[in-house]
Amino acid sequence: MSELGDLYQEVILDHNKRPRNFRALPGADHRAVGHNPLCGDRMTIYLKLDGDVVTEVTFEGSGCAISKASASMMTESIKGKTRAQVEALFKKFHGLVTGEPPASGADLGKLVVFSGVSEFPVRVKCATLAWHTLRAALEERTEAVSTE
Amino acid sequence: MRTAGERSAGGQIAGAATRASASGGRAFDPLAVREDFPILRQKVYGKPLVYLDNAATTHKPRVVIEAIERFYENDNSNIHRGLHALSERATAAFEAARDTVRRTLNAADLREIVFTRGTTEAINLVAQSFARPRLRPGDEIVISTLEHHSNIVPWQMVCEATGARLRVIPIGEAGELDMKAYEALLGPRTRLVAIVHVSNALGTINPVERVIEAAHARGIPVLLDGAQAVAHMKVDVRALDCDFYAFSGHKVYGPTGIGVLYGKVEHLEAMPPYQGGGDMIASVTFEKTTWNRLPYKFEAGTPHIAGGIGLAAALDYLDRLGLEGRAAHEQDLLVRATAALRAIPRVRIIGTAPAKASVLSFVIDGIHPHDIGTILDRDGIAIRAGHHCTQPLMDRFGVPATARASFALYNTRDEVDALAKGVARVIEVFS
Repeated sequence: MSELGDLYQEVILDHNKRPRNFRALPGADHRAVGHNPLCGDRMTIYLKLDGDVVTEVTFEGSGCAISKASASMMTESIKGKTRAQVEALFKKFHGLVTGEPPASGADLGKLVVFSGVSEFPVRVKCATLAWHTLRAALEERTEAVSTE
Repeated sequence: MRTAGERSAGGQIAGAATRASASGGRAFDPLAVREDFPILRQKVYGKPLVYLDNAATTHKPRVVIEAIERFYENDNSNIHRGLHALSERATAAFEAARDTVRRTLNAADLREIVFTRGTTEAINLVAQSFARPRLRPGDEIVISTLEHHSNIVPWQMVCEATGARLRVIPIGEAGELDMKAYEALLGPRTRLVAIVHVSNALGTINPVERVIEAAHARGIPVLLDGAQAVAHMKVDVRALDCDFYAFSGHKVYGPTGIGVLYGKVEHLEAMPPYQGGGDMIASVTFEKTTWNRLPYKFEAGTPHIAGGIGLAAALDYLDRLGLEGRAAHEQDLLVRATAALRAIPRVRIIGTAPAKASVLSFVIDGIHPHDIGTILDRDGIAIRAGHHCTQPLMDRFGVPATARASFALYNTRDEVDALAKGVARVIEVFS
């Protein structure tokens, strides 16, 4: 059960149960839909930017505990960051969940609770769906992004 | 646990099937049957493997693995053309396999048994060679809400190409076909009814006799998707009077990559080939090519010879075990599992039709099926979590996915209990 405990940490279970910023964002100036065709999960990310800085970010959709908690915690951690900072954070987060050795640079903060995902390779896509969708929103890609 | 197969006087390993038939069909013994399946002996994550993903694919008994090995070690050769001993043996074995399939389905004629890669290819064959040339704009094909994507998409493709329309039979809350709505859908433009025999996602056994009767009363042919049926029940294509029947080897304890299309000979004769190539021709010149006779007209290229032989070994194995005992055992597991999961608060079973095969789909309030699957997996319990290639059906029940346990003849009551315990633990993790 220890690896399971690493995956389903308290913080993750809490964000799954009570996701933060879990709503549509009227007047969003960026928006994208992410899709995991393997499980049918869908997620929409809404953004407001002030110049280069993310001022508001919300999400909607259905998904597993990992994808929901990841989206919820992502919204908390990118607010107030510049595009470049968001991109650096994504790279570091991706390394964390795929089990790459820690790189220097952006500070993951609370997001380190996702380190257990690396022991569950099939769940990496759940943890990164929100981030891929966020990138699509920032790049104003209109077609739904897919994990496949 | 029993010891592995006993040695008979001839030094052969005797499987459970042999023992059962030798004893004149005594009570079905799943523990003895388990000994015939080498893969079940393993542990995963240090726990005994509890394999409950049989609707996705079944495991292979030793007799199937050995039949394939024997073919490659002794008889491997191409078929239908060689003049040498190996080719003759390979051809004889492959054609004997076809006859085993014919007997299993109680088809009248070997020409009606076409080997395909699986159910999906069999349905595509009928869609492209039977339906497509006959369809005109405004014609209709009737399917149901229960269909697997492989019995939806091929019809959408021919509809797109011809201007025909897809009509969908609704289902009730239990996951049962709405027969009234079905009969109302049958009309002067209906050209084909294509329907699943047993639902892969819910386990519903459709009243296919009545489906066929109603269609035939209006002169409409019927295709049955039997991928989930053949492992659990007797399928008699002559008694059913279906026009086409499709199934896959790997869901009946045989190999992947081999499947069967049964088609009435008058339909198959009238249909153009599906693919062109070797084996399906009588003669080829650059001016004119003539087709081979049935069923070879539909078997372009070198087929999965070892697969056909392995499939026949699997069907023979099931035949020796007998249907009655294993069917009753599977129903016992379904009843026990249904009761056990129903007793757990927050669990909801999706698919409660009165007639069901041993498939149990469920959701837990507030817990995504993927999380259920991951937690059970670490307990050694393999289930399927997802949409089961039936997205329209998931939409019908308003869920993105379900968790699905599906039982085979080698599963046990202890494994059902392990599932129930595992589900309770999932809820604990998320409490």
